[in-house]
Amino acid sequence: MAEKKLMKGNEALAEGAVRAGCRFFAGYPITPQNEVPEYMSWRLPQVGGAFVQSESEVSAINMVYGAAATGVRCMTSSSSPGMSLKQEGISYAAGADLPIFIGNVMRGGPGLGNIAGAQGDYWQATRGGGHGDYRTFVMAPNSVTEMGSFPHKCYEVAFKYRIPSMVLTDGIIGQMMEPVEFTTPEVDPKALPEPDWAIGVNHNRAKRIVKSYDLREGFLELMVNERVKRYKQIEAAEVMYEEKMMDDAEIAIVAYGTSARVSVAAMKLAREKGLKVGLFRPITLWPFPKARLVELSKRVKKFLVVEMSLGQMVEDVQLSLNGRAEVHLHAKPGASVMTADEVYRTMDAIVKKGAKEYAAAK
Amino acid sequence: MYQGIRISGFGGQGVISAGVLLAQAGMMEGKEVSFFPAYGAEMRGGTANCSVVVASEEVSTPIVSTPDTAIVLNEPSLAKFEPMVKPGGLLIVNSSLVNSKATRTDIKVLYVPCNAIAGELGNAKVMNMVAIGAFAAATGAISIDAVARALPKVYKKLKPDVIELNVKALKRGAEIKLN
Amino acid sequence: MQLQNKRPESLLDVKMHYCPGCGHGTIHRLVAEVMDELGIRSRTIGIAPVGCAVFADTYFNCDMIQGPHGRGPAEATGIKRAKPDTIVFSYQGDGDLASIGMAEIVHAAIRSENITVVFVNNAIYGMTGGQMAPTTLIGQKATTCVEGRTAKQSGYPIKMCEMLATIDGATYLERTTVHNVPGVIKTKSALRKAFQYQIDGKGFSMVEILSMCPTNWGTRLDNPSEATKFVAEGMLPVFPLGLYKDACAVKK
Repeated sequence: MAEKKLMKGNEALAEGAVRAGCRFFAGYPITPQNEVPEYMSWRLPQVGGAFVQSESEVSAINMVYGAAATGVRCMTSSSSPGMSLKQEGISYAAGADLPIFIGNVMRGGPGLGNIAGAQGDYWQATRGGGHGDYRTFVMAPNSVTEMGSFPHKCYEVAFKYRIPSMVLTDGIIGQMMEPVEFTTPEVDPKALPEPDWAIGVNHNRAKRIVKSYDLREGFLELMVNERVKRYKQIEAAEVMYEEKMMDDAEIAIVAYGTSARVSVAAMKLAREKGLKVGLFRPITLWPFPKARLVELSKRVKKFLVVEMSLGQMVEDVQLSLNGRAEVHLHAKPGASVMTADEVYRTMDAIVKKGAKEYAAAK
Repeated sequence: MYQGIRISGFGGQGVISAGVLLAQAGMMEGKEVSFFPAYGAEMRGGTANCSVVVASEEVSTPIVSTPDTAIVLNEPSLAKFEPMVKPGGLLIVNSSLVNSKATRTDIKVLYVPCNAIAGELGNAKVMNMVAIGAFAAATGAISIDAVARALPKVYKKLKPDVIELNVKALKRGAEIKLN
Repeated sequence: MQLQNKRPESLLDVKMHYCPGCGHGTIHRLVAEVMDELGIRSRTIGIAPVGCAVFADTYFNCDMIQGPHGRGPAEATGIKRAKPDTIVFSYQGDGDLASIGMAEIVHAAIRSENITVVFVNNAIYGMTGGQMAPTTLIGQKATTCVEGRTAKQSGYPIKMCEMLATIDGATYLERTTVHNVPGVIKTKSALRKAFQYQIDGKGFSMVEILSMCPTNWGTRLDNPSEATKFVAEGMLPVFPLGLYKDACAVKK
């Protein structure tokens, strides 16, 4: 067993990416993700990789676009306002089928918002964010250890299906320190096969083109539809979630990231007081674990979505359940963190008063 | 066992490093730990503070909103964190810099002249260790020995004699007892 | 009869979409000839811009990438840093490089990225239909300045070579033209130098090439001299030809 090390979430994200074979990073300073580029600036040269502090987030994502086209495992990271700037490049990477990897350490928004942790970029991350029809594989860690291990999965999915991938986390998990253990295998990028689409030095093969456009009539539709097939494969094979105390649960909290951590405390509080509460934590936010929610709704009739945003993930839960169960929301927008006690009181109200009374009381 | 701690003071008082040190020590004792800096506060030029959890079970939320122990190293921190302490909890006050007295009667209060003791030891910088020593002794949440062993892991650049001085400060802090 | 001058291997035998009298075809060929002569085709990656030259990715016979408007120098940075063995060129127009991509070109020069930039300046937006470019001349008509560009409304045309010459990281900057034969010959030698510098690891180089856009300038397509005259009499006084910087010049 590897020795446990006390690390910041952001550092674990960077180290996890390097261990997963990342050899190129470009990024621009923005709080609360600065530890990622800071770490990469000295760590990548140690493994023969390259680091560039770019002039902007726009430039960073396009550097990554170029590097990814050569088949190298690469990364950029930012926080909410910077992610808005990266959307151009993410859309192009999706359109050119490039396996880029992005870290978003969410902060308060909209606009400059503030620098505290938040979850307000859920829609941006899971709906695409940029222009056009596309998907991004999105993973939401809830611990420093997961920050360190998720890059591995992100690269795996990104390269297998040729899709942009993202770790969607927040300032709290990014800034907090916890004992971390790197359990995923260390990837030697030199041992990986060169992708058959990568541009680079070629001596005998035909030329390759990396592009996101096709102006010929009808051809873009073919391009997008081919991509949709891969999206369907991802939805079938790559969904991840975690359940806690769901076996006898009468009410299920649905939460990810920091909200899920607070929800665990709320769940314990509720259990002590006799409420049968369980936690359902989506780990992949796209693909969203729809099927499992539907399955759970056969016996769980009350769901409470807890999120540090005004009610974004709740829409995915509603879409998944499609009226099969009550869906409630405990929202905390504006970069504030709900307390376990607040979440407990919401649950208590839902259970005791029933849905209608609860809604009316709000 | 669960101990949620809030440490607060001016930037430069070693608030953040004291928090990291507690987490490191807890981890080395085989406990579950988390550390979270209130990095937003630094931007506003106010007090720096952090949350530390040392527990026997998995830590759920890393943000300590009702601390079992609050360690306040400056005057503004007293006003901010005294009300948050859990009833029956502990408040450690750096009496060298905090002139006011705590007003709550449902918590234990330990006054520690951190700066004065650090001054006696010949290095003002170790004042945070005096507070940590007092905390360790008063709560038993963590051993002085574990904190001492954690020191070189957190302060990687410190020379052995400075580490030794920090250990002395821990021990002096541990001598301060609740009335 | 013997073929004296065959198509360069670095240029594919496909029909180009460029308008009659446009300079892109000539410039493509010059770049391709230089790639052939330097023997770098198999390790060259070209970056196609957004704009008329977007289809450059289908014309050059080397690996190509096409990305967002103006970001060529950023893409080039990523490619070159990830794969230092490659030869990377970013082919850009004036809207692409000097307007939306101003930050990217300036910072690539500041970092002295070891890349080659082929900057085609025809003082107009071509593909979108003749809008005012950052290099449009004062008084020149465009679809977004129908009475002619005024300094009051839109400021002055940007002189990229002059501006980038102030940057320490810029290694080689030269402005040439393809509106006449001596200009074409000079352009090729400038391109050769720019690529050679990259091969030698000397850092950032850019060749700014003044070029014709008869379609959007509204000059007569059946009389190419109208367009070449616009370059000679309109553009040259504003964009003087010549060497703006050569940090590696042999001192005499």
